[in-house]
Amino acid sequence: MSRTSSPDDDHVYLSLAEGHEDGDARWAFGTGFEDPLHGVSAALPPGIDGRALAAQCLALADDALVSAQRLGEWCTRAPELEIELALANIGLDLIGQARLLYSRTGQVDGTGRSEDAYAYFRDAAEFRNVRLAELPNGDFAFSITRLLALSAWRLALFERLAGAPDPVLSAIAAKGVKELAYHRQFAAEWAVRLGDGTDESHRRMQRALYHVAPYVPELFASLDDADHTRDGDGDAVSAIQDDVLAVLRQVTATAGLVLPPLDSPADAAGYGRAGHHTEHLSPLLAELQSVARAHPGAVW
Amino acid sequence: MNGQIRRALTVAEQVPDPELPMLTLADLGVVRGVEIDADGTVTAILTPTYSGCPAMAEMHAEVARRLHDAGFAHVRTRTQLDPAWSSDWITPQGRRKLADNGIAPPGDAPRRPAGPVPLTLGATRRTVPCPHCGSPNTEELSHFGATACRSLRRCRACLEPFEHVKEI
Repeated sequence: MSRTSSPDDDHVYLSLAEGHEDGDARWAFGTGFEDPLHGVSAALPPGIDGRALAAQCLALADDALVSAQRLGEWCTRAPELEIELALANIGLDLIGQARLLYSRTGQVDGTGRSEDAYAYFRDAAEFRNVRLAELPNGDFAFSITRLLALSAWRLALFERLAGAPDPVLSAIAAKGVKELAYHRQFAAEWAVRLGDGTDESHRRMQRALYHVAPYVPELFASLDDADHTRDGDGDAVSAIQDDVLAVLRQVTATAGLVLPPLDSPADAAGYGRAGHHTEHLSPLLAELQSVARAHPGAVW
Repeated sequence: MNGQIRRALTVAEQVPDPELPMLTLADLGVVRGVEIDADGTVTAILTPTYSGCPAMAEMHAEVARRLHDAGFAHVRTRTQLDPAWSSDWITPQGRRKLADNGIAPPGDAPRRPAGPVPLTLGATRRTVPCPHCGSPNTEELSHFGATACRSLRRCRACLEPFEHVKEI
């Protein structure tokens, strides 16, 4: 990610300009303009609880960062070069969303922390991502099924958050809707191709659905806390759930797959959001954070 | 003051895009405007194309650098997230330059009705004419290409692969 930018762009510019007089300069390392919210007003509109907003942004950022790390693990391992490009690009979109959301978190939680502080210097118990995002990649069918569930859920959620009272979160969500629609499309098309493909691909897709299904109720349970647009708006929560279920039913019906029951077990509420994770998150973070922790304070 | 704003805006708009250098930032539609404070500080306002676009930092730096070179002593840039960038903002001139460089320009961005974003499966894709031979008989190889904003296609008539700036 990045160091935070200097409060005074003039100084940033002057240090960069040296040695780049040809009018076509390219910088291999930091441009000094790497705060994704560079210049965006940090003000918190009256009537908004900064702590609650920060918790909401942090959870959504964690979902995106952990998902992007798993997607990145497919590089050099995907079935085709084009699929590798797609998964990496989807991960890149999610990292972009995570950076904006971490930056917003740092603006409103009172700590003034940078995006790097959240991404690299928190341990697993401090992460608030849903557990589905952290599960190992498994085979391609599992990764596609997980991406379908997560992108359908995040898209439905961001559609509502585009109307959020905080203008920064609202803008991040409105932007994200366009990207997430592509992610969901990619996952849905592969789910149909594999489910309606060979006996083996069908078997693996069905197995993946049974593997993913127990983690789906947690996505909906997480909405009861802070993720929806207005506190206590049960209608928004059930509308998001309806949208996700409609997509999963549409895809599985087209693919000739059985959608397993998605009954919400009582203990699903808030596991990842409460900081209770599977054993898979710590190793993921160890790899993600190793360089930043080995060289604290380094800039690049 | 208005003359200075117009001059600063022209400088900002003529900066080339780092990923698609045949386009200026004006062609790409990411320059939202320029403001000049009472103390003479120039602020250029840019909108990101994609949330994770790695070229944004360089766009900000290059805009600031060129404004300095143009004689503006105090320069800032600002990110504007809302409204989100759309490929519809690529100018007609930008679309011609893309096609001249073998990159198929985007069609109209999807118009979404109210309510949930619909998922269409197995529907016929939009026609993207080949930028090399003009044939409408092209196919998508990958919806995700070398950068976030491009997909990979191939022409079934002249068999040439080509890139396409996605509708968003």
